[in-house]
Amino acid sequence: MSTLEIKDLHVTVDTEDGAKEILKGVDLVIKDGETHAIMGPNGSGKSTLAYSIAGHPKYTVTQGSITLDGVDVLAMTVDERARAGLFLAMQYPVEVPGVSVSNFLRTAKTAIDGEAPKLRTWVKDVNAAMERVKMDTAFATRNVNEGFSGGEKKRHEIVQLELLNPKVAVLDETDSGLDIDALKIVSEGVNRFREQGDRGVLLITHYTRILRYIKPDFVHVFVAGQIAEQGGPELAEQLEAEGYDKYVTAAATA
Amino acid sequence: MTVTETARESVAAALEQEKVLSHLHPEGSFLVEDHPVPTGREEIWRFTPLKRLRGLHQDADLSGLLVAAEADVPAGVVLERLGADSPLKGSSGYVPTDRISARAWAAATVGYGLTIPAEADLADPIVVTVTGTGTEVASATHAVITAGPHSRATVVVKYVGSATLADNVEIVVGDGAQLTVVSIDDWADDAVHIGHRHARVGRDATFRHIDVSFGGDVVRHDSTADYSGPGGSVEMLGLYFADEGQFIEHRLFVDHNQPKTKSHVVYKGALQGEGAHTVWIGNVLIRKVAEGIETYEENRNLVLTDGCRADSVPNLEIETGEIEGAGHASATGRFDDQQLFYLRSRGIEESEARRLVVHGFFNDLIRKIGVPEIEKQLLETVEAELEKTV
Ligand SMILES: Nc1ncnc2c1ncn2[C@@H]1O[C@H](COP(=O)(O)OP(=O)(O)OP(=O)(O)O)[C@@H](O)[C@H]1O
Ligand SMILES: [Mg+2]
Repeated sequence: MSTLEIKDLHVTVDTEDGAKEILKGVDLVIKDGETHAIMGPNGSGKSTLAYSIAGHPKYTVTQGSITLDGVDVLAMTVDERARAGLFLAMQYPVEVPGVSVSNFLRTAKTAIDGEAPKLRTWVKDVNAAMERVKMDTAFATRNVNEGFSGGEKKRHEIVQLELLNPKVAVLDETDSGLDIDALKIVSEGVNRFREQGDRGVLLITHYTRILRYIKPDFVHVFVAGQIAEQGGPELAEQLEAEGYDKYVTAAATA
Repeated sequence: MTVTETARESVAAALEQEKVLSHLHPEGSFLVEDHPVPTGREEIWRFTPLKRLRGLHQDADLSGLLVAAEADVPAGVVLERLGADSPLKGSSGYVPTDRISARAWAAATVGYGLTIPAEADLADPIVVTVTGTGTEVASATHAVITAGPHSRATVVVKYVGSATLADNVEIVVGDGAQLTVVSIDDWADDAVHIGHRHARVGRDATFRHIDVSFGGDVVRHDSTADYSGPGGSVEMLGLYFADEGQFIEHRLFVDHNQPKTKSHVVYKGALQGEGAHTVWIGNVLIRKVAEGIETYEENRNLVLTDGCRADSVPNLEIETGEIEGAGHASATGRFDDQQLFYLRSRGIEESEARRLVVHGFFNDLIRKIGVPEIEKQLLETVEAELEKTV
């Protein structure tokens, strides 16, 4: 049983003109087994929220708290957060020249588990995870994300999700840049993760189409660094029909 | 074409080669007095800490016999002591381009000649270990490595121990030969090594030079190559790791003096600790005769801590428009925050993430070496260097 709790989160980013507030008081509770979708227009702060949870050094939390099962996440380093059970699938996965996928995955698995995985089963597990997302196992010998297409990078994030099996996964626009087949494959990966029953998912997306494959329990509309509205899956359908206009206008005049 | 025409053409070509006044190509001379004592303001000396050269660039005694070379060679390969008047000396066409090289040329009483016979195909690398046993008196040595026509071989030259050394290494790659020379400076911390290597690459021959520098106090390598016929190919790979207070300089010069020749240069370095300083000068000259050539040179430096300095200067001088391709790249940077964040977000501790990134930085280069035992050893050396600080 694990709960990620975000309370009154304010976050700034350093710019040339000083600190700029991006998140302006975010409240969100993700209990285990729950999938929350966060939807919002470009620039509303969705990635900022994802990065803040993961601890990216570019962002400064100025107010509020993030806890995982009551433990202060903000006091942890980036890698401690991952070892505590948080995972971020990035909107733009990073290329790491000269580091092979297989070395990367093994090092990460060892770090998360606190011991090296059994060699024999590990190779099988990696191959199986790759095959499930229809990634050629030859990718294991390539450098991390280097020269991967946008879709391949996203599949690689899902491979990591399955192998590292965190408590709470934050997926930042894992659907963007995917064609319909890849979208299904990636969604199936997320659903396999969810089917374990006690895993939390924060699914950040700009479009509603992924929600046809991954059914959220809650939908939050994110505008100008805040949650402007929340509801059940029906809210996604409403957004599909009406777009974000009414929220954006409301935020601008507020 | 008649014989006389051919002769006239080659005379014209020779004349053409001589009249190039390239700033990349200092006029050589065997006479020490033609090379005045440098002040440090000269282009070729402006980065080098002359004060730390123990007088090699001035008039320091070079009579030390504190360096010895040893090698096991397979049957057919000739390893000989190289006396001051050996006919091998000068066979690469090299003419000393600076005072230290000219002094070493004149003073060298020890050295070796290593000759691989024509068409020999050697599976295992020949390892030459050059051991220094003291820094009190400077030593000068001379080596000539010759790969006979159509031979194939790998020679590894390892420098270990303590020394104050000025050396010239000539490399002659016969027509159609494939020669790889791996040079590893794994000196003790107090060594000073000013080395010059020149390769003359034959028609359709392939020469690969892999220059690895880890140890020593001051290490400066001038590595130059030219061609004795068309179709030759030169690959120069370099890997260096400078620690606190260490100075490592690489000066390269590829002289495309023949048509249809190729050169590919990639040097990568990492720096860590106060006062670590590296210099990379990559000079490529494409002469008028050198039509249809291809050249690429690249230098990348990874600065791991504060207080380091990496200088990187690629120079390309082109005298013909008829080339296949020419390019260069140079970049010096710190750890990429995004890479570290990505790795750490997968649970990998910061120190481990840094290790992965540094290994990654060198890995692509190490994989290109193609000599498995050297690749393995270098991975371990990188690891050992990283243990020092990161
Ligand atoms: N270094 C920075 N300097 C200035 N503004 C920044 C900086 N980094 C982020 N921002 C701003 O913060 C806001 C939120 O960005 P964020 O990436 O979180 O948005 P998003 O909702 O994920 O958008 P998208 O849908 O395009 O991915 C944007 O207006 C962005 O321009
Ligand atoms: Mg975003």
